[in-house]
Amino acid sequence: MTGRALRHGRYRLLVTFLVPPLLLYGYFVLSPYVQMFVIAATDWRGLSPSYEIVGLDNFRQLLRDQYVLDALRHNLVLLLLLPVITIALGLFFASMLNVGGRGKVAGVRGSGAYKVVYFFPQVISIAVIGVLWKQLYNPRSGLLNGFLEAVGLDGLARPWLGDPTYAFWAVMAVMVWANVGFYVVLFGAAMQSVPRDVYEAALLDGAGRLATLWRVTIPLLWDSVQVAWVYLAILALDGFALVQIMTNGGPSFATDVAGLRIYETAFGEAKFGYASAIGVALFFVTLSIAVLALRATRRERIEF
Amino acid sequence: MATTLREQPPTRAPAPAVPAGRRRGGLGAGGERAIDVFNHAFLLVWGLLTALPLLWAVLSSFKTDAEILGDPWGLPAQLRFDNWARAWSHAHIGQYFLNSVVVVAGSLTLTMLLGAMAAYALARYDFPGNRLVYFLFVGGMMFPVVLALVPLFFVVRNLGLHNTLPGLMLVYAAYSLPFTVFFLTAFFRTLPTSIAEAGLIDGCGPFGLFFRVMLPMARPGLVSVAIFNFLGQWNQYVLPVVLIQGEGAERRYVLAQGLAALAVSEGYAGDYSRLFAGLTIAMLPVLVVYAVFQRQVQSGLTAGHLK
Repeated sequence: MTGRALRHGRYRLLVTFLVPPLLLYGYFVLSPYVQMFVIAATDWRGLSPSYEIVGLDNFRQLLRDQYVLDALRHNLVLLLLLPVITIALGLFFASMLNVGGRGKVAGVRGSGAYKVVYFFPQVISIAVIGVLWKQLYNPRSGLLNGFLEAVGLDGLARPWLGDPTYAFWAVMAVMVWANVGFYVVLFGAAMQSVPRDVYEAALLDGAGRLATLWRVTIPLLWDSVQVAWVYLAILALDGFALVQIMTNGGPSFATDVAGLRIYETAFGEAKFGYASAIGVALFFVTLSIAVLALRATRRERIEF
Repeated sequence: MATTLREQPPTRAPAPAVPAGRRRGGLGAGGERAIDVFNHAFLLVWGLLTALPLLWAVLSSFKTDAEILGDPWGLPAQLRFDNWARAWSHAHIGQYFLNSVVVVAGSLTLTMLLGAMAAYALARYDFPGNRLVYFLFVGGMMFPVVLALVPLFFVVRNLGLHNTLPGLMLVYAAYSLPFTVFFLTAFFRTLPTSIAEAGLIDGCGPFGLFFRVMLPMARPGLVSVAIFNFLGQWNQYVLPVVLIQGEGAERRYVLAQGLAALAVSEGYAGDYSRLFAGLTIAMLPVLVVYAVFQRQVQSGLTAGHLK
């Protein structure tokens, strides 16, 4: 093959391999994100093609819209709590399962079975999880109230998703439930790559389990923790699917999240301009959180 | 939990197998043993918390409505598979299941083909703008789909593809590309260049090299990312909810979407046994596949998150 033919083949390959994926991606993913900014500056109300450019009016309205602000506040509460709780539980269980055995650096008995079971929620659809937990929280026929009544704690039984005081926490508990298993496996895999002698040294130095977790495991796993934090933060800023299925934002907007506001404003009220403005606001929140997270968690990396 | 405590009293003398070094810690061996039992209890509680709800759904799918409403902790008097039959046909879960199979078969093929092609070009060819294209793709991983729902609906509608299964396939594939490209680019970079060069010398064209040499070599990476994408696309909820709506949309619902719709309508109809049967039908196949291939599934899903 001559050099020219090779170069020609190379050019053809690049075009054939890159243009179709880029077209698909550009049309269905990139262009919507770009158009969102344009639509956000209009008062477009949907199926009619006519609209006016209203500039920043939508954003001014947004700052006074208590429903949107409440929804965003819920996302921020999720953002503060969901990663912390999920990562803490994930690290705890993972260290139990991988290095928590007594007197030796190995998992506790039956850790294989635990790892399989813990991962279950990760493979089933968020829709299944939402529908299932809605039934579990059912005040009459749900497993939770059934359990409380069975053990004599009738006083604690309540309509979990029907009470504005508890509904939000009930939904957040499901988010934690659905994600902990994934991070148990993820952190577990990271722990497996830490050389055994690091743990053996800690053991010989008389470090207890908590001290080992805090002083040895977490510093060594810092990269994974950081990645987990970013992923969970993005999840906390979404929450649309679970909330829509379990409560549809209710009761009296107690569980509303920004994603659901976007959906309802657009497809319920046909205010497409305003819905896009909420999207833009959420876009910048997401962006700043990601930048902040990457800066705040930057630590000296420990090579091993 | 209580029995575990009784079997292993925290005050029992330390087992001789414990190295002496352990005793130098802040807690005595007895204290360590107490923590041990405590920790085990935690693991068990979380295991039950995960498994019981799923088991409950399966058991409830065999119950009558009266049994479901009357005694949530009771067992079904008999295995009523007719709940499943009603869910499959009358509640259209069968139709939704089929739609999901069709959509995911199409979208997964498209995702893997386009993703592998783009990743290969980005990993193995130096050209101006390589980094830019790579970051365009990878940047898509950062933002929730829900942000751009409005314009997405309209770009799909402009092609006349809203409320159609092919439209859903294209959108699934497009939204799966960021992770696929990110993962496979890294994977193609790790493959040795010497084999590629040998292929070229043996007269393989660049296309033959990709399909006959590089793709087979990248198989482990392709399998991981295919599992990841299969589960993501099979379980997808937000995209179909936005794109499959309008006249006659019910016939085109995918499984996750159809189940959620069923849950809403059963709330009025009160046919809980059918809902639980639908839930079980939606849940069991993935769980069975997972149980069989759990090692591959776990590594496939966590692969992209490890450094």
